[in-house]
Amino acid sequence: MKDKLNARNLVSALLVAGLLLLPLYSQASGNVFVLTLFTRIVILALAAVSLNLIMGYGGMMSFGHAAYLGIGGYAVGILAQEGFGSGFLQFPVALAASAIYALVIGALSLRTRGVYFIMITLAFAQMAYYVASGLARYGGDDGLTVYKRSDFGGLINLSSRTQFYYLCLACLLGVVFLIWRIVNSRFGMVVQGLRSNEARMQAIGFPATRYRLVCFVISGTMCGLAGAMLANNTDFVSPAVMYWTRSGDLMVMVILGGMGVLFGPVVGAVAYLLLEELLSQVTEYWALIMGPLLLLVVLFARGGIMGLLGRLNRG
Amino acid sequence: MVRSVSNHVARSILSCDTPQPEHDLRTRMLLVVEQFLNGLQFGLLLFLLAAGLTLVFGIMDLVNLAHGSLYMMGAYFAATFVAWTGNFLLGAVLALAATLLLGIVLEFTTLRHLYGRDHLDHVLATFGLILFFNEAVRLIWGPAGLALPLPAWLTVPVAILPGIYYPAYRLAIIVVALVVALLLYLGVMRTRVGMLIRAGASNREMIGALGINIKLLYTLVFGLGAALAGLAGLMQAPILTVQIGMGENILILAFVIIVIGGIGSIRGAFLAAIFVGIIDTMGRAFLPNLLRQMLSSAAASTAAPALSSMLIYLVMAIVLVVRPEGLFPANRR
Repeated sequence: MKDKLNARNLVSALLVAGLLLLPLYSQASGNVFVLTLFTRIVILALAAVSLNLIMGYGGMMSFGHAAYLGIGGYAVGILAQEGFGSGFLQFPVALAASAIYALVIGALSLRTRGVYFIMITLAFAQMAYYVASGLARYGGDDGLTVYKRSDFGGLINLSSRTQFYYLCLACLLGVVFLIWRIVNSRFGMVVQGLRSNEARMQAIGFPATRYRLVCFVISGTMCGLAGAMLANNTDFVSPAVMYWTRSGDLMVMVILGGMGVLFGPVVGAVAYLLLEELLSQVTEYWALIMGPLLLLVVLFARGGIMGLLGRLNRG
Repeated sequence: MVRSVSNHVARSILSCDTPQPEHDLRTRMLLVVEQFLNGLQFGLLLFLLAAGLTLVFGIMDLVNLAHGSLYMMGAYFAATFVAWTGNFLLGAVLALAATLLLGIVLEFTTLRHLYGRDHLDHVLATFGLILFFNEAVRLIWGPAGLALPLPAWLTVPVAILPGIYYPAYRLAIIVVALVVALLLYLGVMRTRVGMLIRAGASNREMIGALGINIKLLYTLVFGLGAALAGLAGLMQAPILTVQIGMGENILILAFVIIVIGGIGSIRGAFLAAIFVGIIDTMGRAFLPNLLRQMLSSAAASTAAPALSSMLIYLVMAIVLVVRPEGLFPANRR
């Protein structure tokens, strides 16, 4: 990928600039809602970006990525409930729990390929969903209210809307940067090579599953971070964040934006969630429009929004 | 969990009275038999759903998440038509025809453009269809669920063995599903169309080159799958409430089944469906007691619901780890 001025990079740059300046707009116009909405969008974009690492670059179609949102969220929620309010404890635990979960299910799931992989990741996520539903001590089906947001001492105050927004945005941009470095590293090249042709990579002597597993764990850990953020954002965590339709939402964001493109999932998340918000303001039956719209994207806009922009540049 | 709750309600409505507690062993045996039959009935119902899914997947290579929506539409059509005609059987037949038609229209307008595309495209497109169907149902029938009342002749308990009673309706489901499974087997293995279907599954290009109208065949298979899903939906409707999203939970179960059974294999789907139906039902019924004997009662009552819901996913995970191609892989590949 050469860095040059094309439609894709322009859109990405404008998007980042817009996201950076958003709190100023919110303050100037007194529109608090837009900041709340975009905090959620940025967090889910973070989850989508992490999914893109395995789906877009690694060719691993995980249909259970929402499980990490729940694991990260429950780590924060449960620790807060038990009186451990420090973010310096909560966030590392959230990340570690997600990493361990990813390591276990990755080691099992990566034995399968294709649709079987889609289905087994889905099954594991459903299991996580039922485990969370069974946590009677922590709200079970009804979910768990997080009464106090993670406490980072004097460093940053998560209860301040603007500070929390910038923290989320910093995490998103940090993770995007990290993925950019990973993808262009030797490790990232091997993973992408495995996506293109596993047999050849193995013939050269790369242990396929080990590379994939590491990639899978990195992605899961990143998504666990999004989960911890999400619990702080909503002050609430429930099994519903792990439900399979949420994993579907994340997949939609990645594909809508453009799979295997660095900023694709960010564009996809912004487009999908903004569209959902706008349509639901127009009509109560927003999904009636959203559903066919997704269908049209699949049928006529391969490669998602970034794919369209790429073609714009070439044509 | 919606299913278990409504199942419980339905059981108390439909099931015969529990026998007196003085014959403790006999009571327990009866309970085991009843739960076994419930599991069999649920498994056969799942088979109807999974058969369509596995046919569509095996032949058109299409991952159809919207299969659960067809199941839901079958139930809604049935509730509507039965209310209109006042006759359960007539309403059921009309609902079946409507679902078949809906499936054919769906295939003709959208899904046929997805053949040969990436599985991920299928997931995204049919995810969009789920959104559409759920919302359309909410628009047409409203957000509240519907009930599909049974006619009187289907609510009486029937003596299946001397002294063992079982609800007639659940028995009817077992019989109908077994007949359909047999017809499906004969249809696929013994008729010309079935031969074409099997040929299409093993080599799509070749049968097209031999002059078979493959597009028509695909539409037919999809319509058949839709009708099977609709049948499952309308038969399940009187036991559960007819509601939005009812197809989604059960769709996941159907996917679990075709993965356990081996994708594309109808025989595998049949065996896996019965296996899953029985494991799921028996697990929900007996796991809490079993756990209570091993753990403290507080721990057991927390762990049991989660564990029994997880059971089949656990089974699937084990199967995939041990035999990644499923237990009965389609040997025609």
